[in-house]
Amino acid sequence: MMHRLALGILPLLLAAPLAAQSASVELPYEQFTLDNGLTVVLHRDASTPNITTNVWYHVGSAHERPGRTGFAHLFEHIMFEGSANVPRGKIDEWFEEVGGSPNGSTTRDRTNYHQTFGSNALDMALFIESDRMGYLLEAMSPSTVDIQRDVVKNERRQNYDNRPYGLAGQTIAETIYPASHPYFWPVIGYMDDLSAASYEDVTDFFERFYAPNNASLVISGDIDFAEARALVEKWFAEIPEGAAVPELNAQPVLLDEERRVALEDRVQLPRLYMAWTTPAAYAEGDAEMAALARLLAGGRNSRLYRRLVYDLQIADDVAAFQRSGKLGSDFTLLATARGGHTLEELATVIDEEIERLRSEPPSAREVQRIVNEYETGFLEEMERIDRKADRMNEYLFYTGTPDYFQQDLDRFRGLTPESLSAAAREHLHPTHRVILSVVPRGQTELAMPGSRLIPDENLADSPGAR
Amino acid sequence: MSLPETRSAKRAANRSSMSMTARTVFLLAAALGVGCAPAAVDTAPPAPAAEVAAPDRSERPDPGPVPELRLPEVQRLTLSNGLEVYLLEKHDVPLVQVNLAVGAGSVHDPAERLGIASLTAGMLDEGAAGRSALEIADALEYLGARFFIAPGTHATRIGLRVPTARLEEGLDVFSDVVLRPDFPGQELDRLRAERLTSLVRRHDDPQAVAGVLFGQRVFGPDHPYGRTAVGDEAHLRAMTTDDLRRFHETHFRPDNASVVVVGAISPDEVRARLEAALGGWERGEVPTAPVAEPGPIEGRTIYLVDVPGAAQSVIRLGHLGVPRSTEDYYALEVMNTILGGSFTSRLNRNLREDKGYTYGARSGFDMWVNPGPFWAGAAVQTDVTGPALTEFMNELRRIHEPMPEEEVSLARNFLAMRYPAGFQSVSEIAGRVGGLIEHGLPVDELDAYTARVLEVERADVERAARRYVDPENMAIVVVGDRAVIEEQIRAQGIGDVEILEVADVLGAVPVVTGPGT
Repeated sequence: MMHRLALGILPLLLAAPLAAQSASVELPYEQFTLDNGLTVVLHRDASTPNITTNVWYHVGSAHERPGRTGFAHLFEHIMFEGSANVPRGKIDEWFEEVGGSPNGSTTRDRTNYHQTFGSNALDMALFIESDRMGYLLEAMSPSTVDIQRDVVKNERRQNYDNRPYGLAGQTIAETIYPASHPYFWPVIGYMDDLSAASYEDVTDFFERFYAPNNASLVISGDIDFAEARALVEKWFAEIPEGAAVPELNAQPVLLDEERRVALEDRVQLPRLYMAWTTPAAYAEGDAEMAALARLLAGGRNSRLYRRLVYDLQIADDVAAFQRSGKLGSDFTLLATARGGHTLEELATVIDEEIERLRSEPPSAREVQRIVNEYETGFLEEMERIDRKADRMNEYLFYTGTPDYFQQDLDRFRGLTPESLSAAAREHLHPTHRVILSVVPRGQTELAMPGSRLIPDENLADSPGAR
Repeated sequence: MSLPETRSAKRAANRSSMSMTARTVFLLAAALGVGCAPAAVDTAPPAPAAEVAAPDRSERPDPGPVPELRLPEVQRLTLSNGLEVYLLEKHDVPLVQVNLAVGAGSVHDPAERLGIASLTAGMLDEGAAGRSALEIADALEYLGARFFIAPGTHATRIGLRVPTARLEEGLDVFSDVVLRPDFPGQELDRLRAERLTSLVRRHDDPQAVAGVLFGQRVFGPDHPYGRTAVGDEAHLRAMTTDDLRRFHETHFRPDNASVVVVGAISPDEVRARLEAALGGWERGEVPTAPVAEPGPIEGRTIYLVDVPGAAQSVIRLGHLGVPRSTEDYYALEVMNTILGGSFTSRLNRNLREDKGYTYGARSGFDMWVNPGPFWAGAAVQTDVTGPALTEFMNELRRIHEPMPEEEVSLARNFLAMRYPAGFQSVSEIAGRVGGLIEHGLPVDELDAYTARVLEVERADVERAARRYVDPENMAIVVVGDRAVIEEQIRAQGIGDVEILEVADVLGAVPVVTGPGT
């Protein structure tokens, strides 16, 4: 099937007065599906002589089994170690030769692989991507797994274990989700599980999840549609379809109580986190929560920055984010106490501000400020072929169509003071939440009262091994 | 633009048959459902693969002719007060980036007011032309503008990115902030406490500790490149609004500044908008700040900062490097790409891909107006800290040996071919142009880059390596768990080991309490 859609004219965007825009986003593309189930999206943007390829495999840490956490991400590393016709080390070398720095990333829901390179190398890029989609295992050996296992363990140490407040995210997830929930464990995985990962696990994982019908490919940049399509068919059509991957299911999580936990860390200042479970990615309420994160902690006039950091000066920083996922999302607020101030002082103000938002809608200007910032963000995405490619894959995965730019923008343009207040009422409940205190080592009295102290032995290992 | 070499099409002779065998096995497995997920009843049958012609995978399809990057022309305008403006038009997305660089950086800090350039920059949007700090932020956020103030070593950059239709309103705030800051006293007190707190929090971060100590050891603690821009606790506490006002008045002058504009806008509109916003800015006498040449490092000393229980060791080593104006800029770009500037570089390949010691090892030359540092570094697993140091030494020595032509050719192609993708967004383009201007380089370097990189020859790279990388005379910083790493490090025999505490590097933890500290 083929589509060619042009949605309005981009340069009209934002020509209208600030609060009354209705112009639209143009993103011509072509979409088709190969017989083996691979979904392909092409987008042309010839502003520089470059092409991006971006593959999403619809597998993330949520698909892992207990005892093998971190495997989806470890597997992502292994995908750069060569395949039947691409010797070890050559993926990076061949892409560097045409200006590319191949990379990938893993989330709870998916794994992606992407690179931007000279527009003279699409044939080679698709040869490489298809070779590892179809013929990865021929090049694998146990030593490949061993080296990347060590690299990933160092990634964990560098970005989590040896970073101030680095274990907060893991602790919140382990507290807010039940152990049976696929979002319970961190994407990076636990050290003992990484140690246990075997060569057989690689084989099994590849056959289970790395099939064309569980993937989508976006090519954006200086391409000719017909030529690109022919190259995609040439390299990918022969790869056999795999068994269907069953959809993951998880019951929506809502804590029936407030859970208070505390963690010691090598830090000078205590920090408070609050977390709630919230609506899934692109579901009703997801945009509201993303906007509430800004309203509360994005910029100087946000509610919490203004009170905690600017007026009262009892916090050094505040932040908030909605981490959206297919099986549900979580929303986290954090604030670091200034010297001499307590987490209880911070919590009192945060609770007041959340309550105020729940009981009385924000001003129209506060909402418009957020909408205008999102609009600029959309324009910034339009500048870059890599960002557009990844976004189209994201839309395809979460909404079923790559062509969701306009609707996504409209999600934010449609926000109102009342809808934000309603979302705060529904999701930022005063008790159904996790409160995490991260305190300097040996100063557990700085934690919020009633917190359960998490023993700091072996926090890098899985809960069962601690 | 000349053509980068492509790889010769030499391939292993048996590759083709291997791939055929492999594919056969794989297809059979899929057809039988062997090794696949437990098949649900409604699973679609595998596609009949036999109908599809298999492509020849025995040879890599080599890249075609190198495409040409066509950059927008750099247009130059001069405002009535002499302020130089550089414009690159780019009309595909209705955004515009305006970057102003003012020659006011930490090199201009007087010895008794360390941190003043950075603090002055930080205070610009804390109140201007009667607008309060919150009003300034609100005005910019409401426009959907991205606004930054970035104090640096030689210059402070102030940037505004905004949809073109909102540029006029954006520049209105921008010019207030740059030309008419109020320096309110209560905001200074607030900002001072924030900065002191950042000095507190630096104690938490091993990467930050390593960076500070490395600067101190390469340049000496009193050199402007050897200290951090945020300044010194005692000086921060002593700074007054009058100090800041005087610093601003002296250094923020149009003849000490330049503007880069990139985006969907015409030269006429740029001139009109900037003349209205910045044309009234008065010229002034701006003192220069000569930067002394630091003394050389002799021999190798390892500075081990103890962080008990640290999960990794942060390694940073190196010595004095080169200024951005070096005639060997392109040779050094290629050389460093080979050593530690790309994923396939020797350092990363050795320490990460071969040994698994680290998530990544890199090296670089920080090229500023005066010579910045040459550095190499990684965060490594604690129990291999000693061996990792030895591998760093091995690579820094090996880079002096004759270099395989393929490595030089790959590095050259990587740099040349990577270049065009850096011209997609208005902010990247403006940053690149600004970087040239601030280092006194001609803007036509922008067009020359690719050709200059491709001209670099193996002999140039070898000469640059021998001249600018000196493994015998280096400062070596390791921040990690002494109890686990000291013996290993000593056992390598790389140099004398000096043991430090975090407080030896950063001083005592400042005491910061509530407002008005």
